[in-house]
Amino acid sequence: MPSIIPADSVGLVTPQTAQFDQPLLLECDREVQAYQIVYETYGTLNADASNAVLICHALSGHHHAAGYHSMDDAKPGWWDSSIGPGKAIDTRKFFVVALNNLGGCNGSTGPTSVNPETGLNYGPDFPLVTVKDWVKVQARLADRLGIRVWAAVVGGSLGGMQVLQWSIDFPYRIRHAVVIASAPKLSAQNIAFNEVARQSILTDPEFHGGHYYQYDTFPRQGLILARMVGHITYLSDDAMKQKFGRDLKSGKFHYGFDVEFQVESYLRHQGEVFSRNFDANTYLLMTKALDYFDPAREYDHDLDRALAHARCKFLVISFTTDWRFSPERSREIVDALIHEGKHVSYAEIDAPQGHDSFLFDIPRYTDVLRAYMTRIATEAGVAHAA
Amino acid sequence: MRLDLKLAEQWVKPGSRVLDLGCGEGELLAHLRDHFGVSGYGMEIDPDKITACVGRGVNVIEQDLNRGLKNLRDNSFDTVIMTQTLQAVQHPDRLLDDMLRVAGEAIITFPNFAHWKTRFYLTFRGQMPVSEALPYTWYNTPNIHLCTFRDFDALCAEKNIRVLDRLAVNGDQQGTALMQSLPNMLGEIAIYRITRKQLPFRVAT
Repeated sequence: MPSIIPADSVGLVTPQTAQFDQPLLLECDREVQAYQIVYETYGTLNADASNAVLICHALSGHHHAAGYHSMDDAKPGWWDSSIGPGKAIDTRKFFVVALNNLGGCNGSTGPTSVNPETGLNYGPDFPLVTVKDWVKVQARLADRLGIRVWAAVVGGSLGGMQVLQWSIDFPYRIRHAVVIASAPKLSAQNIAFNEVARQSILTDPEFHGGHYYQYDTFPRQGLILARMVGHITYLSDDAMKQKFGRDLKSGKFHYGFDVEFQVESYLRHQGEVFSRNFDANTYLLMTKALDYFDPAREYDHDLDRALAHARCKFLVISFTTDWRFSPERSREIVDALIHEGKHVSYAEIDAPQGHDSFLFDIPRYTDVLRAYMTRIATEAGVAHAA
Repeated sequence: MRLDLKLAEQWVKPGSRVLDLGCGEGELLAHLRDHFGVSGYGMEIDPDKITACVGRGVNVIEQDLNRGLKNLRDNSFDTVIMTQTLQAVQHPDRLLDDMLRVAGEAIITFPNFAHWKTRFYLTFRGQMPVSEALPYTWYNTPNIHLCTFRDFDALCAEKNIRVLDRLAVNGDQQGTALMQSLPNMLGEIAIYRITRKQLPFRVAT
């Protein structure tokens, strides 16, 4: 609980909701008639709307990227380390927008929403939305907020994929793309991990074909397993060694299957917390969006050609111990951009935290991000607000 | 003005595409961009220098030159520049091939190990030379492939590389005519402009 809000925090924030009644044709050829998107904003949009920054969230992220909802919050938003007055994404200069993507479970229309046609939750009937669909929705939100061109679109992991898609689909609406700990598409291994996560949910007897809401239950065990396997891929071997080693909870072996090692206890706890806060259908949908992402597919699997459309400048960042989306994957993006003669800078941050690194305040990472964002502000002539 | 900036101004065409290997804080690329509309990328491995480049708005790629330039396409640059780095890479000869594969011309500078002071130092002190151009001791030097004007000329000849310009300099001073005539003895720093392109056929008149 923040007894006092830190000076470099955006402070107390209130989520807002935008209602859209214009039907949205999705990549899967289905249509969403009407939907709502929940979002937060930090900082002030300047007169010519040249200082807007969009934050795209990752698998389990949402619109609450920075600040606190109430003085009772245990933790600030998920990327509070980078967004705030004086932080790398400085809210004294930028107007920052963070939203919960369509299909999410934090307030935007998704599987947990009630389908007006049936009066029941959409559940598994909610269409599988893709990164491309999300970007379309984000563009509509930009229209609503009076933002013609984003000064920057920024995201890590699945968020970075949305940034790439922005640069391809709306080349005239984005000046800078910041792609962090991401990849141009999933590898077979990535998809394999997602499939294990999905199978644990789909085979949970409480899943009920996705209609668990009607049974007043949810696939708790499946979600826990999904998160546990996911979480392992977010950490590095070193980070786990450092954090848990082979430490035992009670100091001795019990020769049974209860929690004995600290790492087991940690994973179960993470899974437990996650299962209470995240919807299983949304989890399934998000993992599919990850699997489907492959902007080069439309261009004969030629990433160079896909990115040839981009007009923005890029900053690509990877982390040495990230094995989910390793530096090699970021370099694929960088190389394609170089081949097309695009403006790009690339930093490979030496950090032990694995894929999760992008959420931490790692000095070198923060420095590079800050330097880039400061440059954007200078280029755009964004004055320092009081 | 810094000598490398001055020379680059002389040799790099306005509006051309440049690759700067070991670009430091991106001063050269920023200068060429701001005054000559040159675009391109720097490559660097030092974290602070990379951040400095980013802050300048210079495109910088974190890449270890020992991995080569495999990720770059043939002839995708007009000029590739490498300042005081050739002697520090694992395979200077292979990197040289790579450089002239990705760019039409290369500008390379390196410390000349045959400079008279270096010879004097080794001959009379019997120790590995330490000087302004070679400030390291033998055990901590990054310079693992030191060479001389003559060595580099020989390598170019062997590789069929054409030397377009060759300059001997001391510190930031462009050398005298005497130095240019005896570069191997008098030049502390060697500067080469090289290409793989052959001379165009001369049309008889």
